[in-house]
Amino acid sequence: MKFARLLLSRLVQGALLVLAVVVLNFVLVHAAPGDPVETIAGASGGMSPELMTQLRSQYGLDKPVAVQLGVYLGKIVRGDFGYSYFFNLPVTQLILDRVPATLLLVLCAVILAFALGTTLGVLAAKNPNGPLSQLITVLSLVGFAAPVFWMGIMMVILFASVWPILPVSGMRSITSSGDSGWRDMLDVAQHLVLPTVTLALVYLAQYSRLARSSMLDVLGADFIRTARAKGLPERVVLYKHALRNALLPVVTVLGLQFGNVLAGAILVETVFNWPGLGRLAFESVLRRDYPTILGVLVFASIVVIVMNLVTDLAYRLIDPRIKV
Amino acid sequence: MLMPASSAASITRRDALITTSAALAAGIFPFGAAAAEEIRRGGILVVGSTQTPRHLNGAVQSGIATAMPSTQLFASPLRFDDKWNPQPYLAESWKLADDGKSFTLILRKDALFHDGKPVTSADVAFSVMAIKANHPFQTMMGPVEKVDTPDAHTAILRMSVPHPAIVLCMSPALCPILPKHVYDDGKDLKTHPKNGEGLIGSGPFRLVEFKPSQRIVMERFDKFFLPGKPYLDKIIVNIVPDASSLMLGLERGDIQMMPFVSVPTDLKRLAADSKVALTPRGYEGIGPINWLALNLAKKPLSDLAVRKAIASSIDKNFITKVLMGGFAVVDDGPIVPSSPFAVTDVVRYPLDLKKAAELLDGAGYKAGANGERFKLTIDYLPGADDQQKTVAEYVRAQLKKVGITIEVRASADFPAWAKRMATHDFDLGMDLVFNWGDPVIGVARTYLSTNIKPIVWTNTQSYSNPKVDALLNTAGTILDPTKRKAYYATFEKIVTDELPIDFINVVPYHTATLKRVANVPTTIWGPMSPMDEVWLRS
Repeated sequence: MKFARLLLSRLVQGALLVLAVVVLNFVLVHAAPGDPVETIAGASGGMSPELMTQLRSQYGLDKPVAVQLGVYLGKIVRGDFGYSYFFNLPVTQLILDRVPATLLLVLCAVILAFALGTTLGVLAAKNPNGPLSQLITVLSLVGFAAPVFWMGIMMVILFASVWPILPVSGMRSITSSGDSGWRDMLDVAQHLVLPTVTLALVYLAQYSRLARSSMLDVLGADFIRTARAKGLPERVVLYKHALRNALLPVVTVLGLQFGNVLAGAILVETVFNWPGLGRLAFESVLRRDYPTILGVLVFASIVVIVMNLVTDLAYRLIDPRIKV
Repeated sequence: MLMPASSAASITRRDALITTSAALAAGIFPFGAAAAEEIRRGGILVVGSTQTPRHLNGAVQSGIATAMPSTQLFASPLRFDDKWNPQPYLAESWKLADDGKSFTLILRKDALFHDGKPVTSADVAFSVMAIKANHPFQTMMGPVEKVDTPDAHTAILRMSVPHPAIVLCMSPALCPILPKHVYDDGKDLKTHPKNGEGLIGSGPFRLVEFKPSQRIVMERFDKFFLPGKPYLDKIIVNIVPDASSLMLGLERGDIQMMPFVSVPTDLKRLAADSKVALTPRGYEGIGPINWLALNLAKKPLSDLAVRKAIASSIDKNFITKVLMGGFAVVDDGPIVPSSPFAVTDVVRYPLDLKKAAELLDGAGYKAGANGERFKLTIDYLPGADDQQKTVAEYVRAQLKKVGITIEVRASADFPAWAKRMATHDFDLGMDLVFNWGDPVIGVARTYLSTNIKPIVWTNTQSYSNPKVDALLNTAGTILDPTKRKAYYATFEKIVTDELPIDFINVVPYHTATLKRVANVPTTIWGPMSPMDEVWLRS
C-alpha cells in the first residue's frame, strides 16, 4: 500500500516535472535568435519569400509563441511529438532510432564506472595509505578534472594515429550492412570501447573516491569491529558487512547523476560521432528544430525520472531498514 | 548515345573488365587522362560529408547536402562537361526555339525508373512544374508556364519570356526527373514521405538506406539507361559533422572521397599525403564567393567614398596567399572567374591605405584625437572560420590603420547569424554566397532592388540602382551568349564601382580522394553530378 502511494506520488511529481521541462525549454528555444525556416533557407542556399511564408504557416510559426506552446502541449498530452521541421519525419521515429545507441553507451559507461569505481574504492580503503590508494587518488583527480570532450579528443588522437587498434568514429564500420549477427555485435562492441571508457572515466573517478571515503567511514563503525571480533574472515567483513553499507551513498549519487551522464553523452557522442540522442539534440539546437529538441528533452526527463525511481527502489534492496 | 553492339555485348557480365576505348567509342567518357587504364568494376565508394541533407529529393530541396546524393538517385534531362557544354542524359537532343520561349527535349526511349517503369515526357512535365512550385530557387523555372507532351518522349517547355538559362537549369543538381506515378499523389512534395526512404529515381544508383544525419547507402541500378554504367557497386555517404574526423577516416582509408574541403590547414595536410589526390576542379558550377557585404542603409556606409576607402584598405592577395595558404584565388566581381559570363574589366581596389585615408578625409570623416574616425561592426558566418572569421579579424586590423574601429560580432550558430542578416542588422558582413551556375539563379538576387527582402542571401545590402535592375532583367532574356555577356559586363563594372559588396576570394573548395579513386568528378558540378563513371583501382 505504502509502495503504491510512493509510486503514485512519484508519478504525479514526474508528470509535473515533465510539464515544467516542456514549458521552460519551449520558451528557451524560442528565445534563441533565428528560426527553423531560416535554417532551412540556409541549407537550401537561399529561398524565395513566398516559400518562406508558406513554410512558416505550415509549421505554425506565424502564430504567437503562447499559442504555439498551447498547441504543442495539447499534442504532447496525446503522446504526439509532432514532425521534425528539418527532416519532415516523425520526432518519435527520429528519437526511437537513436535511443538504442545512447542507452547502450550510457548503460555500459555507468556499469563500468560503478563496478570499477567501487572495486577501486574498496581496494583503496583496505589500505588507505598504501601505494594503490595513492595511485587511485591521483588518477581519480585527473579523471575528475579533465573535461569529457578533451578526454575524448585525446583518445581519438591516441587511437587514430599513434595506436590504431580501435575504431574512433561511429557505431559500426562504414561499409557494414548492419544486420544483427555475431559479426555485427562484435563490430558494435569494438566501436563501443572508446566512447564508453571516455564517458566512464569521469564518473569512475567520482565513484572510486566516494566508495573509498564511504568505505573508510563504515570500516570505522562499531559493527565492523564486532564482526571482526566474532572472527569473521576479512573478506566477509569487507564485502558483506562493510561494502553493502558503504554502497548507499554511491548508489544515491549514481541515481542523481544519471541526468549528468546523459548530458556527458552529448559530448562523447559528438566527439566519437556516436549516432545517439545527444548528437540529435545538439544538431537540432543548431537547426532550431523545435519539435525534435523538445522531444529529446521530454524523453530524457522521463528517463531521469524513471532512474530516480529505480534508485529509490534500489535503496530498499541494499538497506532493508529503508522502508519508503 | 547507344553503345556499339560489340562493346555492349562484352560488358554483359558485371565483373568483366571493359576497356576505356569502348567508353570512348560511346562518346560519353570525357576524361582523356585515364584513357590508357583498364576500368575495374565493382567496389564501394565511401564519401565523407559534413553536410546533413534534410532529405534526398533535389526537385524540392536545393543546397549541396541534398544535391550530392540526389544526383546519384535521379537523372536529369541534361548533364554538363567540364567546359559548361550541355551533354545528353535523359534527353537525346534538345532545342531552344529561336524566340527563346520554348524548349524542346527529346527523351531517350530506354530509360527506366528504379521500380522498372519507363521515364516519359509526362514525368518531365510533372517534375518541371513541381520544381517551379516547390524549389527554393524560383527564378529557375519561373518563366515556364506549362509543359506540352505531344508524345511520350517529347516534352516542350513553354515560357512567358525568353529564358536562355533554362538549358543550365536542366542540370542534374537542378532538375531531377521524378516519377509522376510515385510523387503525383496529392501529397505536398516538400514533405513527401518518399523524399527519403522509398525514393524512386532513374539515376545510376538506387536508394538502399537513408539514416538522417548518419548515412546514405546507394546501390548500383542494374537497369540504368547508360549501358555498362555505373562502374561502382555502391556509394555510401558517411555524414560526420566534424571535418577532422573525416580527415582521419580518409587517412586511414575508411573513406575514399571527401568533397568541399576548404580549410587551408586541412588542404595542406591532404596535399602532403602521398595517398591522397586533391583537385580544385568541379566547383565552377556553384561558383562560391567569399565576400564582404556593406549595408548601404547604414551611415556612413551609404557614402560611396567610405565604401571605396574600406575596399582600398583590404589586401585580397594577403588574404588568399597568407591567410588561405595560397589555396584560394582572388575574386574581383559578382560572377566567379570560372563562369563564362565573367569579365576582367571591373573596378579594382588595390591596397592603398593613404588613398583610403584621403577618401575618408574628403568625405568629412576626420580622425579624432585618438585617431578614430568612426565605429562599425562586422559579422561573419559561423562554422566557416577559415573563410569568414579569419577575414573578419583581418578586416578589423586593416581598418584600424585608417581610423575605423571595428567590433567583430560573433554569432552562436547559423540561425543566429541568419537572423541578423535577414533583419539587415549589420554594418559590414562577411558572407559566403554561391553563383549557382547561371547569373539569374545566384547572382541577380544580391543586386536587384526588387529583392531587398528580410531574408538571408537576398539584397540585404539595400543596394538599389535602376540601371542595374534593367541590365540584370534584360540580360536574363537575351539568347545570344555574346550579347548576354556584354550586358553582364556592364553590370559587373557598375557594381564593382558602387561597392555594395567587396568581393574577396573564390572559396577554395577541393575534392580530396584516395589515389585509387579514378575519374574523380571534375565537371562543372563536380560532386553534385552523377558518379556513374567513377571507379576504384585495385
